[in-house]
Amino acid sequence: MTPTLSPNPITDLNALFTFPFMVNALEAGTIVAVLAAVVGWYMVLRRQSFAGHTLSVMAFPGAAGAALIGLPSTLGYYLACGGAALLMRSRRWSIRSRSGSQTETVTIATVQTLGLAAGFLFLSLNNAVLGGTETLLFGTFLGVSRGQVLALLIVALVVLALIALAARPLLLETIDPEAARARGLPVALLDAGFLLLLAAAVAATSQITGALLVFALLVAPAAAAQQVTMRPALGLVLSVVFALAIVWLGLGIAYFSIYPVGFYVTSIAFAVYLAARLARTVKRAR
Amino acid sequence: MFTHEFVRNAYLAGTFIALACGITGWFVVLRGQLFAGDALTHVAFVGAIAAAVLGFDERVGLFVLTLLVAGGMALLGRRGQADDAVIGTVFAWILGIGVFLLAVLATSASGGTGVSAANTLFGSIYSLTPGGSRLAAAIGLAVALAILTALRPLLLATLDAELAVIRGIPARMLAVAFLVVLAVVTAESTQAVGALLLLGLLAAPGGAAHRLTTRPYRGIALSALIAVLAMWGGLALSYEIASLPPSSAIIGLAGAAYAAATVLTGSRAPNG
Repeated sequence: MTPTLSPNPITDLNALFTFPFMVNALEAGTIVAVLAAVVGWYMVLRRQSFAGHTLSVMAFPGAAGAALIGLPSTLGYYLACGGAALLMRSRRWSIRSRSGSQTETVTIATVQTLGLAAGFLFLSLNNAVLGGTETLLFGTFLGVSRGQVLALLIVALVVLALIALAARPLLLETIDPEAARARGLPVALLDAGFLLLLAAAVAATSQITGALLVFALLVAPAAAAQQVTMRPALGLVLSVVFALAIVWLGLGIAYFSIYPVGFYVTSIAFAVYLAARLARTVKRAR
Repeated sequence: MFTHEFVRNAYLAGTFIALACGITGWFVVLRGQLFAGDALTHVAFVGAIAAAVLGFDERVGLFVLTLLVAGGMALLGRRGQADDAVIGTVFAWILGIGVFLLAVLATSASGGTGVSAANTLFGSIYSLTPGGSRLAAAIGLAVALAILTALRPLLLATLDAELAVIRGIPARMLAVAFLVVLAVVTAESTQAVGALLLLGLLAAPGGAAHRLTTRPYRGIALSALIAVLAMWGGLALSYEIASLPPSSAIIGLAGAAYAAATVLTGSRAPNG
């Protein structure tokens, strides 16, 4: 049975909530959107999109490795993402110079490809079929269970609580590492801590959105919000609003279509970013 | 092991691909464009799927899409260098299109896409045809020669753009040209080591060379040498150990070289 659009929008909305899998997907999507929007806002501000992308592909070796040695895949996701975050733990605060950021990106790139190469090795050792790989990379939004929603909620609450706790020091450390250090803030801890939180958020999210698409939710709403405003509180709220709109709309459209959620979510995300950029250009031109 | 034709093909293509990656990678690291390289390699994957959907040769899709995106990134960004968030947003969207195209392929009559998707993602250097490997070697050599010809202006434009402009070097055009060359390297190497693993062959040898020496010529030579050695070693290892995929072995060796260089130079501030 393929759901079709009726002329009455109310019936359509009701149809969205008839199936438990759809309710789970909407709940998971809502949690993921809020989590990714908040963590992503800091990530974009810190110019750590590359690190974010690297963490998001770490889900692949994590799951492949866990399958090989018979661990639950969730554990594999967290171990791989956390391990990569520790390896990439940068010394951003001491290296504002060009040469410093170079080594940082080389390390990130090397960690990323080593992780993927390891994942490929695990797959081939396990004689795994490729259908699994595609699910790993592109996710199954519509196959989320109750337990997964609950686990996601707990991780999201912990990560968001920790970010809220360190919100102001983290912001200062992001914008002006030198000033943060002068004030006696533990900059190295903040830097490593943020990467670990990013890793936890990515690991939780990518189980649902897939390794390649978690990145769209991290970067697009936040980048769009920062085009509109540089005020932190407003920007964070805007980023969350954008992310929720993107996920809800994407899931809603995907329900009535045969094509995957990931396509709609990334396309809407890109459209939101373009609109935000355009709005800024228009505002400036005046 | 050289009695097998497929091994000879792999070594021929692999050597020149590694040479091109090593030389280009040294500049990619110096110019801080690894994230752009990351984006391009993922775009290459989508290009290959797009070609499969439209029924073209895989290589057409690879080259067309990577060149288009490289051009777009060069034009959108200031001074030919796109912003972190711009790259991220654009390439997340292109990945989304890739997902869409995969679904189109899966629902279309012709099945069997899983294998070709895997080959694009992780490469299959041992399945190159003799003609394909000669073409790959020729393109790799051409890229290496192109960069070596423009070596001095490119170096100056990278290290001191303003001085380069004063000297009459078209720095912006060079930046665009460099991204185009990077796109060619990406599209070509995707067939050998795969879209997802190629970044390692760009980053690790270049990064190791930058750690070991500040001198440009020595650095470029060292980077090319590390890349070629990683390629040779990886191919030999995967030939001996059946369950080890060649791309994993190559990337493993390249990563080990970078790790060794990092340990050797210690926490001493790296040079650029």
